[in-house]
This record gives sequence, C-alpha cells and structure tokens, in this order.
Amino acid sequence: MGHGSGGKMTQDLIKNVFYPYFNSTPLSEGNDFARAALPESANLKGRLSISTDCHSVSPIQFPGGDIGKLAVCGTVNDMCMSGALPLYLTAGFILEEGFPIATLQQIVASMAAAAQEAGVAIVAGDTKVVEHGKADGVYITTSGIGWIPESRTIGGQYAQPGDVVIISGSIGDHGMAVLTARGDLGFEADIQSDVAPLNLMIANLLQAAPNTHVLRDPTRGGLATTLNEIVQQSGVGMILNETEIPVRPVVRTACEMLGFDPLYVANEGKLIAILPAAEAQAGLQAIQDSPYGDQAAIIGEVVAQPLKRVLLRTEMGTTRILDTLAGEMLPRIC
Amino acid sequence: MNQRITEGRRISVQGIVQGVGFRPFVYTQATNLNLTGWIRNISSGVEMEINGSADGVASFLRALQFSLPPLARIDRLTVQECQPNHYTQFEILPSQSQPGDYIPVSPDMSICSDCTAELFDPANRRYRYPFINCTNCGPRFTIIQDIPYDRPKTTMAGFPMCPDCHAEYANPLDRRFHAQPVACPVCGPQIWFEDQQYHHLSNQEEALQTTRDWIRAGKIIAIKGLGGFHLTCDASNDAAVRELRSRKKRSQKPFALMAFSLEIIQKYARVQPEEASLLTSPQKPVVLLQKHTGAPISSEIAPGQNTLGFMLPYTPLHLLLLEPQPGFPEVLVMTSGNLSEEPIAHTDEDAHRRLHQLADGFLLHNREIHTRVDDSVVRLNQGEVYPIRRARGYAPDPVILNQSLPEVLATGAELKNTFCLTRDQYAFVSHHIGDMENYETYQAFQSSVEHYQTLFRVQPKMIAADLHPNYLATRYAQERAEREGLPLISVQHHHAHLAACLADNQQPAEKTVIGVIFDGTGYGTDDAIWGGEFLVGSIRSFIRPYHLVYTPLPGGDLSVRKPARMALAHLWQAGIDWMPELPACQALCYEERTLLRSQLEHHINTPQTSSMGRLFDAVSALIGVQQTASYEGQAAIELEALASQDQPRRVYSFSIEDGQINPAPLLRDIIADWSNGVPLPVLSARFHHAIASMTLEVCQRLRKSTGLNAVVLSGGVWQNMLLLESTTTGLKESGFEVFTHRQVPANDGGIALGQAVIAAANYNSI
Ligand SMILES: [Fe+3]
Ligand SMILES: [Mg+2]
Ligand SMILES: [Zn+2]
Ligand SMILES: [Zn+2]
Repeated sequence: MGHGSGGKMTQDLIKNVFYPYFNSTPLSEGNDFARAALPESANLKGRLSISTDCHSVSPIQFPGGDIGKLAVCGTVNDMCMSGALPLYLTAGFILEEGFPIATLQQIVASMAAAAQEAGVAIVAGDTKVVEHGKADGVYITTSGIGWIPESRTIGGQYAQPGDVVIISGSIGDHGMAVLTARGDLGFEADIQSDVAPLNLMIANLLQAAPNTHVLRDPTRGGLATTLNEIVQQSGVGMILNETEIPVRPVVRTACEMLGFDPLYVANEGKLIAILPAAEAQAGLQAIQDSPYGDQAAIIGEVVAQPLKRVLLRTEMGTTRILDTLAGEMLPRIC
Repeated sequence: MNQRITEGRRISVQGIVQGVGFRPFVYTQATNLNLTGWIRNISSGVEMEINGSADGVASFLRALQFSLPPLARIDRLTVQECQPNHYTQFEILPSQSQPGDYIPVSPDMSICSDCTAELFDPANRRYRYPFINCTNCGPRFTIIQDIPYDRPKTTMAGFPMCPDCHAEYANPLDRRFHAQPVACPVCGPQIWFEDQQYHHLSNQEEALQTTRDWIRAGKIIAIKGLGGFHLTCDASNDAAVRELRSRKKRSQKPFALMAFSLEIIQKYARVQPEEASLLTSPQKPVVLLQKHTGAPISSEIAPGQNTLGFMLPYTPLHLLLLEPQPGFPEVLVMTSGNLSEEPIAHTDEDAHRRLHQLADGFLLHNREIHTRVDDSVVRLNQGEVYPIRRARGYAPDPVILNQSLPEVLATGAELKNTFCLTRDQYAFVSHHIGDMENYETYQAFQSSVEHYQTLFRVQPKMIAADLHPNYLATRYAQERAEREGLPLISVQHHHAHLAACLADNQQPAEKTVIGVIFDGTGYGTDDAIWGGEFLVGSIRSFIRPYHLVYTPLPGGDLSVRKPARMALAHLWQAGIDWMPELPACQALCYEERTLLRSQLEHHINTPQTSSMGRLFDAVSALIGVQQTASYEGQAAIELEALASQDQPRRVYSFSIEDGQINPAPLLRDIIADWSNGVPLPVLSARFHHAIASMTLEVCQRLRKSTGLNAVVLSGGVWQNMLLLESTTTGLKESGFEVFTHRQVPANDGGIALGQAVIAAANYNSI
C-alpha cells in the first residue's frame, strides 16, 4: 500500500475516493487549504482559509519534535500557504488503550508550545480511546481556520513562466530524522526534524514580495513531488539546479547510505515560494531574515516548456526528469 | 527460343524495394529479356506489368527471387496473369502514393565496395569525396523526414544536383539511378574543421588532415558522422583515453574502437570467420571480440574486460579518416558524442552546446542528421548474430512476425529503451533510445515515436507499457492512452522478455514454453522486484512456478551501484556471518556495515528481489572481483571475464523447495572455497556452471510436470556468454529445444517487442 507516501497514488486516491463525495469549489482547486467566501451579510473583508490534517508518525517522539508539534505545525502551515493569518485550531485524538498518560502530556505540552509560537488558539477538541492493538499509540487530527486578507490570491495554480522558485532551507530533514530514529541507526550527528510553524516567515515574505504566486510546504513526497503538483496545477514547467538545493551533509550521507533521494524525502518546516523575478531578491532576503529561513535559496525557475514537467540540471551537467513517484521508491536499474 | 509476346503479368512487390536500386535492377532484367511494360513506386512498395515470351517471363520471375540488389528485400510478391497489352518498350513510370500505405524504410548502410573503389581512384570525379554513395549504400533512415523516400523529403533537399549527378540519377542503367543522397564535390555536402572557439580552421581535404594531425597529437575530436557525433582519439595513447574518460565522466565503461581493415583488427583481437563476416557486413556493427593478451592498446579502453568492441569504417569519411599512414594511429576510439548517459549529439548546435567542454576540435559537415542513431553492438552466439544494442544498420528494419497484428504501440523499458509499433506482420522495433530519466533522451523518445508513426503510417489502437509504476515510458503510455482514449495494457517485465524471445524466433502466440528469464530487476505482479524467474507460458499468458528466493535489496538502486551491499544482503538472507576478512566486508567501512545491518533488520527501504543479475553482482563482490558498478552489469561482466575456460570438475549447489531456489548452500560453498585459497578463475567457473546446472535441473522438473520441451532464454543476464553457452549446451544435450535472441537484444532493448505482441494477443479480450 503506497497511498500514504504522497505520490501519484495519493493523488489518485483523493481524486477517486474523496472528491466525488466531498465536492466543493474550494476543495476542487487542489490546494492543501480551502479558500471559502465569508457570508455577504457578515460585511467582512477577505476570506477564510480552512485546513485539516490527520497525523500518525512512528516513532511518536523523534529528534526535533513529536506528533503533537507535527499536528499543530502541519495544519498551521497548510493554512498559511493561502497567505492567511492562522487564527483557530481544533484537535481530535484517537488513543490506543494503555497509551502512557505521561507521554500524552508531553505531546499536549508541545502542541501548546507550537500553537503559542504560531499565534493560534486551540479552541475545540475530542478524544476517542480504541482497544489495545487497534491503533499505533496516538493519532491526532487538527483543523484550522485563518483569515486571508482581501487582496491575496495565492495558490498552486498561479505559477507563471519567469517566476523564480525559492526553498526556505535544507530538504529531507524531517523524513530522515524520523527514519533514523525508528531504526536507531546510530548516526554520530543526530538528524533533527525541521518541524516548525511558518506563519512568521510567510508574513515577512508577503510584506517584502506582495505579488508572490505560490506558497507550498513540501511535506510527504518531498520537494520533487510537491513541485510536480504545482506544475500540474499551473500548467507550466520548471527547471531546478541541483547545486543550489540545500541539503545538510548529515542528511545527504544518511540518504546516500540508505538509498534515498533527498528530493523525495518529507519536510515539515520548509516553504516553497514561487514569485515574480522582480521580487525574488526581496523575497529571499525576507525569508532568510525570518526564523528557520537562514538557509533559503533560489533553486530554479518556472518555464513554459516542457509543460507539466520538473527538470533538474544535475551537478554532472545532464538534465534529469524529476517525476512524481507512484508509491515507494523502487529500483529502476535493470 | 520463342520470342513472341504471348504472356502478361501484373506484379506487386512489398518489402525494402525503394531507394535500393530495385527499379534499375528490374529495368535491366526486363530489357535483357526483351520484356515490355512498366514499373513504378507506390506507397506500399512497387508495382509493374510485364509482357513477353513464356521463357522471358519465367526467367524474369526467377531473377526477382534470386538475384536482387544487395540492399533489397522482398517480403511479399504477388503475381497475376493478365492479357499482353502491346507495349512497345519497358518504362519506369513516375511514383504514385496513396495515403495510408507504407513501405519499410531501409536502415543506413555502410559504403559499398564500388563506392570504396571510386573513393580511392584519383581518376574518379568523386576521388576522396567524403559523401560518395549509391543505391547500394549510404545514408537512409538518418536523413529521411517522410515517405515516399524521395530527395525533397530528406535532409539532402538543400543540395540541388549538378548536371553530372543528375545524369546518373536519371539513368536507369546507372548505379546511382534514383539514389536520393547522390552528391559530388561540386553539388554535395562538405566538411570543415573548427577549434573549441568555433574558429573555422580548414575545409575539405585540409580539414581531414587537420583532424588527423590533431588526433596524432593526442587531442580529442568530435566528428559528425552518420547518426550522430563521435568523440575520437588515439586508442593507444593512455593520456588521451584517460582525458576522454574524465571529460565524458565515464569512469570504466568500455569504449568502442574503429580500425581501417580486418587485418588491423586481427592484431588486437581474435576474429573468428563468422565474426569477420559480421564486421564486414553492410550493417558494420561494433562486434565484441576476444582481446589478445598484450594487444598494444591503452588499458583504459575496457578495464576489467577480456573483450574489445571493434567496428570497421562505415562511411567514406571514416575510411578517409582511418587511412593507414606511418605514424598515424591504427586504432581510434569512436565513442558516442555525449556526456555520460546523455543521448548522442546529432545537430551542430547540439554539438556546440553539449560537446564544447568535451572536444578540442570539431570535424563538421553540412548534411543534416534528421534522426540520431547510435552504433549497433553485437556479438556472436553459436555462429549467429546476437544483438546487444540494436541501432544503426538494423533499425528500422521490422521484425517479421508469423501473423498479422493490430496497430499497437509498446513503450518499452526505462533503461536501454526502445519502443515498438506493429502493423500487419511487421513489428517496427525502434533503434536504441537510451535512459529515459534523461530529459534529452525522453524528448528523443517522443519525437521518434511520432517519426515512426509517420514513416510507417501506424495509428496505434492500443498501448502497452511495463508494469513498473515509475518508468517514464509507462507514464508516457498512461498519459497518451488517457488523452487519446486508447486501451492501455500493463505487461509484466519478465513476461515481456519471454514474449520478445518468442516473437524474435517467429513463434505463434499459442506456443507454450519454459521461460528462463534471468535479469537485473523488473517489477513483479506481487510488488516485489523480480529477475531470477522460471516462467511457463506463451505470448498470451504465464505462470511462475520457480524463482530465486527473495532477498532484500537494501537501498534499491544503491545496492545495484554497490554490489558489496548486495553480497552482504545475500549473506544476511542466508543466515551467514559477515566474516570481516571477506572482500565484500572489507569494501564497506564499519559504520556502513552497521547501518546496512540495521537497515536490513528494520526493513528500511529494502524491497524484496529475486534478481539473478544481483546474485551475480553479489558473488563478484563477495570474492573481491568488483565492489562498485560504474556502469550496468560491471561486476557481473568482470566476474565472467576472469572465469577459467575449463569445465570445472565440481560446481556449487542450490536448494530447491516449493518453487523457491535458494542460493544459501552455494554461498557457503563459495566462502569455503575462497577461504581455502581456490583461485578466482576457478571460483568464477564453478559459479557460472552452477547456474547452468541449476537451470537444467529446474527445466527438467518443469518438463516432467508440464510435458513442455522448449526453453526460452531471455533477460539481460543472458548476455553472459559463458553462462549462455554452458546452459545451452546442457539443455540441448538433454534434448531441449532452445530459443535465444537473434534480432533484438536479450536485455531491456527487447522488452518493447515482447510488450507489443502480448498486447496484440490480448487485443480482442480488452
Ligand atoms: Fe529486464
Ligand atoms: Mg492537509
Ligand atoms: Zn555505393
Ligand atoms: Zn554533383
């Protein structure tokens, strides 16, 4: 079952199972948030950003975070990708019978800390306990509501040829942190997850580069999969420079030794920003001046052709097609 | 002899009959036999009417069957009786084309002996002209833009013929009658030489001499040839060859070589009579030959191998370039003009952009290459051609099937990609396309599919693709099937190998066989990675009664590039300790081994594989032959290269239970032998023969349970000639009928043919 790894199978699942039932205009735009109109009589300006995310992770606590921090940041970040100011969160817990209360308290505490940093209030919640063995410790679902100021139109469908692509920092940290924690692989330098709320970074970016077209967090499926989603949505192409893409040496080593491609490994505190070239330097500077953004880099550009393809100029000088992976990474060499 | 005109025949011919001197041939025959009537090209071939005496007509039909011009090939001949029509002479009528009709297009053919003689004849008006050709030789497929094959539809369109050339072109009795690329120094393409800064240094004969001077001085030159650019240098000059390796970023993969004559090649490698005929055949492929020990050639040409890939000059330009002269190297490296795994550069712009850093100078010409085609690579299997890479000289000749098929597009595999289009009883297997992950290759794939569809007037009704979800060829098939509303069939990789070999041997769709498919990796129907498979089936369907036991492939492609990891994974699976003195353990540092063990124990990125190719890699690494693979199959190839040629007295054994073939006993035996100091050549021979004898045993079991007696050997591992010979011999001695490849490669270059016939066989049930 490869439905969870964020590739083409996930997209198919969403398209074939959920869309037919949950059909609405905001949903069918294909973003990780919905942009819903306010009732006219409310006489308010702007729109709502609504997002929801289910979280399961093994191990539940890992270097750099835990499932609680992940649950808050995941939904906050998804909401922020509309250019919204995040306001409220709800949280739902599914607990496995016998789950240690002390651990739950640690998780809840880290949720509170993350919520405070992100400036959101957790305003509602629910908990169900299921029989031992029917769940893996704890699952958390969070939903969020934010406010999108009137003038903002940001979404995966707005990338235009000539735009530049910025990544806010090194890629693959979260995925490799969780993996190496799971196997206790004993790396000398522990790999820390990058899980973090990005609301401040985005606020700074939008001030410096108000005409930003796309914001997206490259979570499951990694940078390559997320960029493929964007070229599909926008009907454009993209060319990246391998040498510009930041990867921490320890993450690169771990990937090399385990056979992963960092371009396809999950992140939880990274931002992809796609903006007009005229605002690129200002935008980059704003991200670099924000928390979690000091390693930000311009990694490529949006082009008209090849349509709906992401290309990578490799360090070697060749041009590689970065495709969406269906399911897991599988060997190709025959 | 009765010369009265009493007989009439209407004849239509299909096959390779255009642009190969077929009409002049018919004209000459008819005139000599006092026949009257006419001949003309039509889109689907040639048609003619002849009137004459009974004897004359009979002799004519015999000549059609037995004395064709060298490049012509008749696939279908229809003869109808008709009334004589009182023609006064025999005439060649203008061509007629009908939309939808098609004829096979001839591959590019090497320069013929007549043209070679003229090239070196000072009295000839084409003396030393690098583009001399005639209807019996020269460029075809690489310069054709569309059919019917006429000059305006080739890249020769921009060279109007001079009166002399036109006279030859228009004379039915001339060797150049309707030779579309006909040219001479007055009217045809020209060569020139440029340095790295694109400074035009010299023209024509001087350009040739500059090139030779620079090569002699140890420089690397990009040469525009027939199907693309070559990078060339002196093959005996270590420094030059090493420099070429570092610029191309190709650390160990062998380079192809070119020499002026067979006699020169024989100084460097053993050339058996059948190999000599392959080398000198009109296709002029690269032939893999047994290298003479101590041959005066740079050791950097083919490190770790006991073969050299040689070809003879196949264009007039190459003949002039290689012309022997004291002090000029006898053997030149002729490797594809590209960076690492990119496709070969084929336009001037392309070459300037991509070869700029790679070459010191450029020998260019102004005849455009419409389709890039690499050199073909073959070797000899039991006296017959065994394709390794099917391209120039062979493509786009179709594989002729034993029945007519619907129009199907099969998109092939990911690496060594070829695609295949079927129509009637033809399977148009494309020339070698390459590694699809590379964007330029993918573009070449797309445009070549379109080009073949146009040339052969195929509009696919169905698309076939590999089951692997992440092959780009599969993604292309999915996108296209969706866009055009066509049925898409997913074909399991090793079933495609099986079907490819059956179609290659013209077997019908019902023919059921035992398929021994030994391969690198392919996606299985159970999501595992297959590659050591005993299938029972036909083109229609298959079952999988035996396979190599599943072993983790830690890190996927990482373990393909690092066979040492594969060796340890095999030991782990077999429950054998990682003794630190084993070469494969030594090859990995302590941290890497610890991490590898942890990866295996926690199942982190460890797909399961039954690959035979990976078992060869593992054994190669285990005993210290090769720990990393800088090109596909390197570890296995080097293991084969050092094997002792003597039949070993003892071979290693497998345990076979419940359809699972377990190499654990074999691995234990190998480690024991290695620890006892058994020499590597003996170890390698014992291993190879162990695979052959295991194969025989499983085939015998299958014969018992199924009654089948025919065995198909396909998959990339069967490029191992030691294994192939030893297995084939054993099977034949036990009374099996053995099918091996003859027209398409056993490797993934053959996959598309298999996919196409499988799709066609299932066409009516979809
Ligand atoms: Fe294969
Ligand atoms: Mg979400
Ligand atoms: Zn000729
Ligand atoms: Zn001329």
